[in-house]
Amino acid sequence: MTQHKIKLDVTKIRSDFPILSREVNGQPLIYFDSGATAQKPRIVIDTLTNYYLHDNANIHRGVHKLSQDITTKYEEARATIQKHLNAQHIHEIVFTCGATDSINLVAATFGKKFIKAGDEIIVSEMEHHSNILPWQMLCEETGATLKVIPINDAGELKMDEFKSMLSNKVKMVAVTHVSNTLGTINPVKEITALAHAVDACVLIDGAQAVPHMKVDVQNIACDFYCFSAHKIYGPTGVGVLYGKENWLNKLPPYRTGGGTIKSVSFNKTIYADLPLKFEAGTPHIEGGIGLAAAINYVNKIGLDTIAAYEHELMEYATEKLSEINGLRLIGTAKNKASVISFFVDGAHPFDIGTILDKQGIAVRTGHHCTQPLMTCYKIPGTIRVSLAFYNTKEEIKKLIDALNKAIKMLN
Amino acid sequence: MEIEKIEQEIIDEFELFGKDWESKYEHLIELGKSLPIIDPIYKTDDKLIRGCQSRVWLYSEIVNGKINFSADSDAIITKGLVALVIRVLANHTPDEIINAKLNFINAIGLKEHLSPTRANGLVNMIKQMKMDALALKSKISS
Ligand SMILES: Cc1ncc(COP(=O)(O)O)c(C=O)c1O
Repeated sequence: MTQHKIKLDVTKIRSDFPILSREVNGQPLIYFDSGATAQKPRIVIDTLTNYYLHDNANIHRGVHKLSQDITTKYEEARATIQKHLNAQHIHEIVFTCGATDSINLVAATFGKKFIKAGDEIIVSEMEHHSNILPWQMLCEETGATLKVIPINDAGELKMDEFKSMLSNKVKMVAVTHVSNTLGTINPVKEITALAHAVDACVLIDGAQAVPHMKVDVQNIACDFYCFSAHKIYGPTGVGVLYGKENWLNKLPPYRTGGGTIKSVSFNKTIYADLPLKFEAGTPHIEGGIGLAAAINYVNKIGLDTIAAYEHELMEYATEKLSEINGLRLIGTAKNKASVISFFVDGAHPFDIGTILDKQGIAVRTGHHCTQPLMTCYKIPGTIRVSLAFYNTKEEIKKLIDALNKAIKMLN
Repeated sequence: MEIEKIEQEIIDEFELFGKDWESKYEHLIELGKSLPIIDPIYKTDDKLIRGCQSRVWLYSEIVNGKINFSADSDAIITKGLVALVIRVLANHTPDEIINAKLNFINAIGLKEHLSPTRANGLVNMIKQMKMDALALKSKISS
């Protein structure tokens, strides 16, 4: 296949993100915290504004024009997401409040129906708390056991250990696609195939993957896949759960109420078909539509182009950071995306983060909601630089200067 | 010296830095380095005040009706902030400590560190100092 590498016009892209022209502490903002939440392009902001200016009505309820129009837009947004993830059916796309909410939905409903004492659920050592705690709670409630895939020094899953953990006791394997702390891209297709060989169900947490790479859920063949809109340049408060039709049909409703039913009487309620069965109450309408706008925006630039550009930035930043004395990179997997975590000997991440902030540079410091991982590396936390396609090499140069200054001040 | 007088002293000291964040933080870092470190026997988990990111240990004792504090933190800027608060509150009676407003933190332009989301443990430490003062007060009056 011949691939035309389209170069990304970063100046043009930066002009699409109004917030990037603001100042912080008297310095131009340098935003390296897109892994926590990404900034929003004007098209997403306009979509939200236009919704309130022109389109506001409740969906799925009215006969009137506004309601019908917005219902159409909301369902078109669902179709955009279906196409983007290459899901087989549109009703396999469930709107949720975000990745955390999606995982809780599956843990609660799958747990209720399929988990009993003696069963096993597998997560990995690099999971975000959002992909640990719902399973831990489920295990405590049912008497199932939570097993953890360990990682090697580079921050890659030990696949041999994973294989040896698999047995017919394992009912669920829940693993992140990309680690929010290490940047490791996990071999999710292989993980899914291995889990399916023992009839275990597979959930992939795609929160950090979707913004940076093309995801094809049919190719991965996982049973569930989830992400949050706000990390892919969309609004906060909305996210997606993809589930294979047969699995979603087997699960009981999660939260119930208006919108989830075909008919209600005090004796018997018949629940609606997918996906409405899982969408109780008035949803985040403008959020769903805003997410579709974000996805369309990203696709117009092209995820391959974005991935190539971000990869180049990451290599550059990794090289420059490695030149700093006493700096230890945390997470050096061969296959990485968008995130660089590090620790500077003798300096607390909080101190470094504070001094970088004074210089207008936003990074994340701390445990990144992955405390078990910090315990594994025996550090209190890391400084995390997460990159997006609106970042530049010039910003990385400024980061290196600012970091050197911080280290000098702290010594 | 009265608490408010010490606060004023610190405000005057910090005035020198004006808007220059760099020398202000360099000063904080120096203060952090000079903080009398807590006796290791008190650096235990029950003396640990959990902030989200940096950890602070605090030991309080009462001598002749006045409270002494010693503290430590794993982050040096936090330690500098802690040193300032201790300089203001130490050697005062429980009531003086409980009633202290600590307006100086705002006045020297470090208010951002008082935000509960800042997670450097400073807010929690001030709370703990006041709670310790209250506890030590009831101990001497009982
Ligand atoms: C890997 C991963 N999973 C889950 C989440 C949770 O996402 P949200 O807070 O949007 O639900 C995050 C957010 O940081 C994440 O990085």
